[in-house]
Amino acid sequence: MNAKKYLKDAKSDLFTYAGVIIAFIVISILKANGGLNRSQTGLLVPICCYIVMAVSLNLTVGILGDLSLGHAGFMSVGAFSGVITAMSLMNVIPSAPLRLALAMIVGAFFAAVIGFLIGIPVLRLTGDYLAIVTLAFGEIIKELITCLLVGVDADGLHIIFNASGSKTAADLNLLEGGRVIIKGAQGATGTKTIASFTAGFILIMITLVIVQNLIRSRHGRAIMAVRDNRIAAEAVGIPVTKYKMMAFVTSAALAGAAGALFGLNYSNLAATKFDFNTSILVLVFVVLGGLGNIWGSIIATVILYILPEALRGFASYRMLIYAIVLIVVMLTTNNPTLKIWREELREKLSKKNGKEAKDA
Amino acid sequence: MTPGSLRVLNSEDVWDAKTELQGKFKRDPLVPITRTSYIPERDADKTPILECIDLGITFGGLKAVDNFNMTIGRTEIAGLIGPNGAGKTTIFNLLTKVYQPTHGTILLDGKDIAGMSTAHVNRAGIARTFQNIRLFHNQTVLDNVLIGLHNEMDYGMGGAILRLPGYWRAEKIARARAMEYLSLFHLEDHAEEPAGSLPYGAQRRLEIARALATNPSLLLLDEPAAGMNPSETAELMENIARIRDTFHIAVLLIEHDMSLVMNICEGIVVLNFGRIIAKGSPDDIRTDPKVIEAYLGRKGGKSL
Repeated sequence: MNAKKYLKDAKSDLFTYAGVIIAFIVISILKANGGLNRSQTGLLVPICCYIVMAVSLNLTVGILGDLSLGHAGFMSVGAFSGVITAMSLMNVIPSAPLRLALAMIVGAFFAAVIGFLIGIPVLRLTGDYLAIVTLAFGEIIKELITCLLVGVDADGLHIIFNASGSKTAADLNLLEGGRVIIKGAQGATGTKTIASFTAGFILIMITLVIVQNLIRSRHGRAIMAVRDNRIAAEAVGIPVTKYKMMAFVTSAALAGAAGALFGLNYSNLAATKFDFNTSILVLVFVVLGGLGNIWGSIIATVILYILPEALRGFASYRMLIYAIVLIVVMLTTNNPTLKIWREELREKLSKKNGKEAKDA
Repeated sequence: MTPGSLRVLNSEDVWDAKTELQGKFKRDPLVPITRTSYIPERDADKTPILECIDLGITFGGLKAVDNFNMTIGRTEIAGLIGPNGAGKTTIFNLLTKVYQPTHGTILLDGKDIAGMSTAHVNRAGIARTFQNIRLFHNQTVLDNVLIGLHNEMDYGMGGAILRLPGYWRAEKIARARAMEYLSLFHLEDHAEEPAGSLPYGAQRRLEIARALATNPSLLLLDEPAAGMNPSETAELMENIARIRDTFHIAVLLIEHDMSLVMNICEGIVVLNFGRIIAKGSPDDIRTDPKVIEAYLGRKGGKSL
């Protein structure tokens, strides 16, 4: 009895890992043999980033049960701190993969710090209030980054916080050979793109290990206990604030790492990319894939990210069809009749498998 | 400790001090104060597990609980009864720090629990169940008990993510223990079912199992027999007595089922309008005119 659930959990975790690995191998082979065109290859890294975003947001929304509408804010913190790291270390560390790894770690760190600071006021709230405050913080982060002027030269980093909007990149007073990394509202410009699909794959795997292993531990159970019944969780000795913070900060850190990868995939990236719409986009992936369902988040992200590209043939009807697909999927996945039907199908299949196993 | 920090007095010094002070201050011999609370004889020589001293809470000027004094022995089964709205659950919420008392002191095993959070109080030794069952409905029966065992496991977040040996060891022990708690309440066959799918009586039992898993020294049960039929109630009574005998802990229960209260409780406190109106053994309570009045009302203005 006891071991059965254990096995089931381990099986579903392994299924997720295996699915991602197989997908990576298949796509890598296709890529090497020229099976993908240029625009398709261009989608690979962003998809990896959004998968990590969706899985990490699922930790906050699905596992912790707090609706966060500011996830893109953490991505943005990670993106710009990652870009600054990678660009300023260009001469020190020549190896691009190493710089990329370092950028992701720095991105994750800064996003975690910001997540912690935001978490202190935000996690006192619940439900709609929490959602609205996270939304506000996401917008604040975006506006703050729009004010940043960052450059690097032989002396080190030059940072100006351009709140009045009167300063330009020239005010950084960079020495000869210095580079401007972030140009205020224009965002990161002239970034050397070092993001790779392999790095994206590794980041997804790390994210999955962190999130899945966390869920299957005492910490994950505590987080889910807080979600299911806060009062009961407190009554059995679970420090609610600590676990809310743990989930929130972990989620922010992973979003930061994804952001760093995302930032280093484009030579030009403005802070406005990480606005409310991006947060909602990721939330749609999570909700459509199923709250608390990690594998669902991955699948939903892949399908919904590719769909608009695949629908280019429909020209101006593209977004209309996209919206209709969203509605249909939402209705069918949450339809009680279809749910029962799916359960029955699954039972039949597992019975069949059981029989075959017995026969064999 | 450095030798200089101890001031050594020889007996002459003490004697001098005594003779010097004698007659200067009026000093009476100490006597035990009258105790308003009772505990079972077997627990009398040990620190009571719970002492409430002048406990009270005010909600916007309304005294929901006032001047509440209660003492529970280490292995006592105590009862808290009273008509609806008397403030029984408020007492539970005060003891578990869901509400902060406006005045008064709560001593758990002789230690003041002022300033502790609900989670902290649980770790200090008070576990409770709820009047309206509060299980983690979507999680399995086993997971509910594992959540109760949360503080019994010691691996950190890193150990969980990297699945270090400490993780496997703690999880294995916790699972075995969780199954033991489940089998105490005949729930072991339902370990993998979602807690919400259990029948009502089983949900109540699971809630007790989860509370016990937190290793308390005082278990608070809020209407454990609510919605149970007589045979289930009889089983519950046996369970409560068995909990006390197996784990050597104290139990305080709120209950409206008088047969349960009168059968298993040793000390009973009767509450009405937030104040204690009677205290004592089941026999004392049964015949107490104030209790009868609180439950049945006064007859036609005539005195009892």
